[in-house]
Amino acid sequence: MNCLSLLFGIFIERSLMMDILTRFANALPGNISQGLIWGVMAIGVFITYKILDFADLTVDGSFVTGGAVLAMLIRAGVPLPVAMLCSFLAGCLAGLVTGLLNTLLGIPGILAGILTQISLYSVNYAIMGMSNQVAVSVDQFPLFIASRRIAVSNGFPTVAWELAKIFLIVGAIIAALYWFFGTEQGFTIRATGSNPNMARAQSINTKKSTVIALILSNGLVGLSGGLLAQYSGNIDVNTGRGAIVIGLAAVIIGDVLGSAIMRGHFNFVARLAFTALGGIIYFVVLSVVMLTGVPGSFNKLFSAVIVAIFLAVPYIKSSIKTSFRRAARNSEKQTLSDSKKKGAEGDADVD
Amino acid sequence: MLTLTDVRKTFNPGTINEKHALNSVSLDLDDGDFVTIIGGNGAGKSTTLNAVAGVWPIDSGSIIINGQNVVGLPEHKRAGFIGRVFQDPMTGTAATMEIQENLALAKRRGQARTLKWGITKKEREEYHELLKTLDLGLEDRMTSKVGLLSGGQRQALTLLMATLKKPDILLLDEHTAALDPKTAAKVLELSDKIIEENHLTAMMVTHNMAAAIKHGNRLVMMNNGVIIYDVKGEEKKHLTVDMLLEKFEEASGSKLENDRMLLSKADAERS
Repeated sequence: MNCLSLLFGIFIERSLMMDILTRFANALPGNISQGLIWGVMAIGVFITYKILDFADLTVDGSFVTGGAVLAMLIRAGVPLPVAMLCSFLAGCLAGLVTGLLNTLLGIPGILAGILTQISLYSVNYAIMGMSNQVAVSVDQFPLFIASRRIAVSNGFPTVAWELAKIFLIVGAIIAALYWFFGTEQGFTIRATGSNPNMARAQSINTKKSTVIALILSNGLVGLSGGLLAQYSGNIDVNTGRGAIVIGLAAVIIGDVLGSAIMRGHFNFVARLAFTALGGIIYFVVLSVVMLTGVPGSFNKLFSAVIVAIFLAVPYIKSSIKTSFRRAARNSEKQTLSDSKKKGAEGDADVD
Repeated sequence: MLTLTDVRKTFNPGTINEKHALNSVSLDLDDGDFVTIIGGNGAGKSTTLNAVAGVWPIDSGSIIINGQNVVGLPEHKRAGFIGRVFQDPMTGTAATMEIQENLALAKRRGQARTLKWGITKKEREEYHELLKTLDLGLEDRMTSKVGLLSGGQRQALTLLMATLKKPDILLLDEHTAALDPKTAAKVLELSDKIIEENHLTAMMVTHNMAAAIKHGNRLVMMNNGVIIYDVKGEEKKHLTVDMLLEKFEEASGSKLENDRMLLSKADAERS
């Protein structure tokens, strides 16, 4: 019923429409910060999926690992910067495991990721003291970000400052990655992802660069999990379920949008920035869908549909340009006009 | 410079697909030798090159490059002193990276990769001059992705990359086979020029008998994983395609039944 009310909003009460708009506006800062936090995770996915050409499913596990490590350390009184660094390192460790499974034991990439992800589910339980949820309340601990502080009721300056802090983190990560992938080491990862045969012929140890990329990627995923734990004030062992799909959604939304807008100038920094933007767009659109009254549990279906749509766009676009159906139509047209021409010539001959 | 002694390799041992690819291959190349390798399908030409490059470990024998036995080194370690160009133009370059980035990767072949910039301003100028020598207009497209280049352009670039850091051995594995005749001739000419100018030791696999005679100072013919004919110097200069065919029958005891090689014979006769 609510769904219909949005679609036909103009025909129903103005006040209801205003209500939905206000709710949307109120939720916007929160959606943006959530989008950016997941954007950090998506940038991690970008490194494996786009640069290394490795579909890494470790992230569903390493995301929670990062969050769990942060929550437990904060609760143990460890200073926040150290705890955040540790959430990064915990993710790195998860990436290392997947990397070694793949390069040392020859387990195919996707399966190696799944194995690590599944084992992390147990590991995460253990980190969280055998409970499925750990709270880190902003009332008790000095957190870097918290959803409570981003509530619109706190006034514009507070909200703006909180958002700026997350933007700063994302900016710093993009700058660091821009530097790293411009170095000789970074080049080896790009070459490995682009053409492993060529990389080896240029004396690059492709196994080593695969492992480094997985470590870096999952480190960012862990950091992102740590940020989300602070933002939502708790970490649940199930938070990571389907995280890879959200990450992929952000990567793909950013890629499709970025290449449409930037065209020839879609450089590395822009690609990372658009990946983070993809995260924001994902959460904003998700909130719009949720405002129509769709139950929250449908968010996974939503993310799958989004990824499917954006993955299909480039394919459909190209098949519109060249398809068998189109070829048949063109061919038919041509035969028709040819035979007409012939007919006309034939008439002329008779004359 | 390069000495192969009794190199053997069997693929899929103990299975129905068992294939004795190399049966005791021995070859001794002097510094500056440019040897062309011919032979029918499955003769072991490319396998010999892959054994030298270290694509997989050999079963027995030794491969000595510049005094060092390299059989224990994996592919990426041997790449430090071996330059390679492959049959498929897609294999030798990274398509999603820029022309200048590909060159920068090649420039660091054999070196430890650090956290210094992957390409410097000075290098860009150097590559610009270097690409000019190819005469393909690539010097004006240095920031283009290599994926946008034609097969011939990619092979020319790969040649440049393989020799940017002077290799002890240059391996050319049918590197013109996927190109049209005109481009193939151009890339061959370029190979000759680069090998001569840098005084490189090179091995070139080819199906084209006329090209095998024309290029290099030495010619090796393989059959069933062994070298059946090895000729150099004056004797090689006076070879003809017919003589090669004769040699093949004499050494292998069978007629040459390889369409591609026979086609290249027909080509040679026409021209």
